[in-house]
Amino acid sequence: MMRIKKRSVIPGFGLSVGFALTYLSVIILLPLAATFIKTADLSWTQFWSAVTSDRVLASYKVTFGASLAAALFNMPCGLMLAWVLVRYDFVGRRVVDALVDLPFALPTAVAGISLTSLYSTNGLFGKLLEPIGIKVAYTPIGIWVALTFIGLPFVVRTVQPVLQELEPEIEEASATLGASRLQTIRRVVLPGLMPSVLTGFTLAFARAIGEYGSVVFISGNMPMRTEITPLLIITKLEQYEYAEATALAVVMLVISFALLLFIQIVQGRLQRRLGT
Amino acid sequence: MAGTISTLTHVAGHSRRRSIEDPRWLRWLLIGGALSFVALFLIMPLAVVFTEALRKGWSAYLAAFQEPDARAAIKLTLLVAVIAVPLNMVFGLAAAWAITKFDFRGKTVLTSLIDLPFAVSPVIAGLVYVLLFGAQGWWGPWLMEHDIKIIFAVPGIVLATVFVTFPFVARELIPLMQSQGKNEELAALTLGASGWQTFRRVTLPNIKWGLFYGVILCNARAMGEFGAVSVVSGHVRGLTNTVPLHVEILYNEYNIQASFAVASLLTVLALLTLVLKAFVEWRHQKSVQKADAVETRQFASK
Amino acid sequence: MKLTTIFGTIATVAAIAFPAAAKDHTLLNVSYDPTRELYVEYNKVFTKYWKDKTGDTVIVQQSHGGAGKQARAVIDGLEADVVTLALAYDIDAIAERTGRIPANWQSRLPNNSAPYTSTIVFLVRKGNPKGIKDWDDLVKPGVSVITPNPKTSGGARWNFLAAWAYAKKQYGSDEKAKEFVTKLYKNVPVLDSGARGSTITFVQRGIGDVFLSWENEAFLALNELGAGKFEIVVPSLSILAEPPVTVVDKTAKKKGNLEVAQAYLEHLYSSEAQRIIAKHYYRPFKPEDADPADLKRFPKLELVTVDEEFGGWQKAQKTHFADGGTFDQIYKP
Repeated sequence: MMRIKKRSVIPGFGLSVGFALTYLSVIILLPLAATFIKTADLSWTQFWSAVTSDRVLASYKVTFGASLAAALFNMPCGLMLAWVLVRYDFVGRRVVDALVDLPFALPTAVAGISLTSLYSTNGLFGKLLEPIGIKVAYTPIGIWVALTFIGLPFVVRTVQPVLQELEPEIEEASATLGASRLQTIRRVVLPGLMPSVLTGFTLAFARAIGEYGSVVFISGNMPMRTEITPLLIITKLEQYEYAEATALAVVMLVISFALLLFIQIVQGRLQRRLGT
Repeated sequence: MAGTISTLTHVAGHSRRRSIEDPRWLRWLLIGGALSFVALFLIMPLAVVFTEALRKGWSAYLAAFQEPDARAAIKLTLLVAVIAVPLNMVFGLAAAWAITKFDFRGKTVLTSLIDLPFAVSPVIAGLVYVLLFGAQGWWGPWLMEHDIKIIFAVPGIVLATVFVTFPFVARELIPLMQSQGKNEELAALTLGASGWQTFRRVTLPNIKWGLFYGVILCNARAMGEFGAVSVVSGHVRGLTNTVPLHVEILYNEYNIQASFAVASLLTVLALLTLVLKAFVEWRHQKSVQKADAVETRQFASK
Repeated sequence: MKLTTIFGTIATVAAIAFPAAAKDHTLLNVSYDPTRELYVEYNKVFTKYWKDKTGDTVIVQQSHGGAGKQARAVIDGLEADVVTLALAYDIDAIAERTGRIPANWQSRLPNNSAPYTSTIVFLVRKGNPKGIKDWDDLVKPGVSVITPNPKTSGGARWNFLAAWAYAKKQYGSDEKAKEFVTKLYKNVPVLDSGARGSTITFVQRGIGDVFLSWENEAFLALNELGAGKFEIVVPSLSILAEPPVTVVDKTAKKKGNLEVAQAYLEHLYSSEAQRIIAKHYYRPFKPEDADPADLKRFPKLELVTVDEEFGGWQKAQKTHFADGGTFDQIYKP
C-alpha cells in the first residue's frame, strides 16, 4: 500500500513510515479494532437492545443535546471572540488570546470541580441564580456549562487564522460600492468565515460528546436525566457488563468517526476553494 | 480591562482604514461581549481554583502536598509523563517527517488516522485496553500466567495516556514542516551531509519551537488526563493514583480544600503551558519577520 | 508527622546497614467505600504494632469503592493482599473465580471474619421536613430516596435486603415485599456506584429527602460533614450488616506478605483496634474494649440477619442481585 511515488533523495522514508505505522497500529488501531470485535460476542438483537434501552436512549439525549447546545452557543461567542482578537486592539488582548487555550491545557477534572463549586447552590454563581429559580449544578444546564467550557477554544482557533488571512481589499471594495459596515460584515465577511465556523462547531461538538472528566462532577449523574453516555459505559464496566459497555462504545465511535469524516470533507473543500 | 481601542489591521493610509473600521458602538459591544464571555467561562473557574485552595491559609495549602498519597500521586504522574511524552514525540517526528518529506500512497489516510484519538472519548480510550489486557480480556489469561500486570498498574496508565495524547506533537509539526518544504534538506544532502546530519542541523533548528510547543502541550495533557486513566487505574492510593485521580478522591472525601490545593498544581502547569505557547508564537513571528527582512534585502540588492 | 519521618529515616538507614535484619512490606488492602477514615487510623496503629513486634516496616496502601466493583477489580487482577469488603458474597466471588482464597475463608477468623458490624439507618435533612419515621414513609409518592447501585455497592445490597425484610414482616409475603421495594426504587432518582458517591449526592448535591446509609456513614455525615444539617432516623427494623475481611492467600504469598497480612487482620480484633472501630462508628465485635461513650451513640433497634431471613448470601445474591434477579426486574429508572 504505502509505496513511494517518486524516488526521493531524502533518506528515512522506510524508517519514519515504518515506525509511524507500527506505533499507530499498536497504540490506536489494534485496540480500537478490539472494541468492534468484542461486540461480536453479542447477537444482533442483543446488541440492538443494549444500545437502545430506555436508559441508554436517555443518555444519548442528554449527551447529544447538551453537546449540541454547547457547540451552538460557542459558535457566535467564538466568532465574536476571534473577531475581537484579530481586529481590535485593547488592553489585555494578548492575555485573553493566550487564555482561550485554557480548556485545552487545564485537566478536565480540575475544570469539573471548579465549575461545580461555582454553580452549586452555595457557590458564587449558584447563589445568584437560585433565587431566580435557575439551578445549574446537577442539572442538564450544568452539563451544558461544562461542555461550553471544553468547546470554547475550537471555534476561536479555527476562525482566527482565516480571519487573519481575509484580505481587507474585499471589505474596502464592498464599502466603496456603498455597502454599510454591517452589510459588509453580513454579506461579505461572514460567508467567507462560515466553513471555518462550521469546522470549529463540529470539532467542539465531537469533543463534547466524548467528554467525561468535567461533566461527572457537575452533572449529578442521575439516570434518565443527567447521565451522559461515557459515564454509562463506565457504569456498565463496573457492573461487569463488558459486552454492553463495548456496544455503547462502538455506537459512540461510529458517530465520532462520522463527525471526523465530515470535518475532513469540509476542510478539503475549504482548502480547494482557497487554492492551497 | 478594555482601555484604548484601535484597530489592529496594519493597512497603510488613514482613509483606507476608516472604510473597513467598525463603528465605535459595535466595537465596544463586541469587546464587552467577548470579555464577559471570557470572564464568565475562563477567568472565574480559574480564580475559584486558587481561592478554594487557599481558603484555609498557606499552611493548610502546603499540608495538602505533605501527604504521602499526594506525593506518590505526583511521582506517578511525573513517571507517566516521562514515558508517554517522549514516545509521542518520537512518533510525531517520524510521522511528520514521512508525511511532509515524501509523497506516497495512503498519505492522506495516515494524516486522518493521526487525528483519530481526538475524536475518541477518553473513556473509550481506557476501555479498549481493558478489553485487551484485563483479566477477562483477550490476552488477560496469558498475562496473568506470566505475571505481567498492565491493567491496574503503571503500564496501563501509560498506555491510556499515550492514546489520549497521541496526536499532539504530530499535529504541531505537520503544518509547520509542510510550510517549510524540503528544499533546505535537499540542499544539505546535495552538499554531502548524511541523513542524520541533515535532520539534526537543518530540520531540527527549523522546527524546534513547534516541537517544543507540541511537547509541552502533550505533557500538559498527559499529566492532566482523567477519564482514560480512571478506567484503567484501579484507584489504589499511593500506587496507581495519578494527580487528577487524587483530586477526585480528595473531592469525594469532602476534603474540598486539599482537593483544590492539588488541583492548583495542575492549574499552574496549564497556565505555564499557555505562557510557553505565547512565547513560542512570539519567537516564531520574530523568525518569520527576520526571514522576510532577509528576503527583501536580498531582493533589493539584486 | 515528624516522628514518623525520623522513624522512616532510621528504618531506611537500618535497612541499608542490616539488610537481613528488617524487611519492608507493602500491603494492599482493597476495601469498600465508607471505611476510608477507619483504615487511615488503623493502618497507623498496625504499622507501629508490627514495627515494635518484628522491626519490619509495613506500608499499607488502600483502595476504596463500591464493594461489588472492588471485588471485580480483584478478580480482574488488582493485587490485593487483604480484602475488607461490605459483604461475604463479594469475597466468595473472588474465591470462586480466581481460586486465590480458599473456600472456607469465612471460618478462619472470629465472628464469621467480621471484626466489626454495622446496620442501615436513614439520614434525613434537618427538621425531617418529609416526616420520615419508618420504611413505609419511603414508598410515599414525592419522597426522593438516595441509595447506591446494588450491582456495584455492598451497602446498597444491605439496603435492599433491609427494605425487603421489613416489608415481608409487615405485609407477610415475598410478593408483597417485591411490590414494596418496586415502589421504593421508583422513588430513587440516582444510583451511585458506591456508598461514598451517594453520600456526596445527598450531602453535597442536596439531592433527595432521605438517604439509606450505613450507620457509620450516617454518623460521619452528621458529625463531620454538615454539622446541624441532618438528622438520623432509626427505622423499626433493619439488617445486621457483617462486613468481612480475609487474606488473599495466593497473592499475599507471592508478594511475601502472607504473615504480615494475616497479622494485619488478626490485629483488627485487638483491643486497641476495637476501640478505633467504635470511634469510627462501627459496632465493635468486642464492645468491652471500646470507649463506653462511643458505644452509647449506637441506637438500639431490631436487627435481622441474612442467614435467618434470606438463607445466606449465596442465595440472596442469586435471587435478588444476579443478572435477571429481582433487582433487574424491578428497577427501571
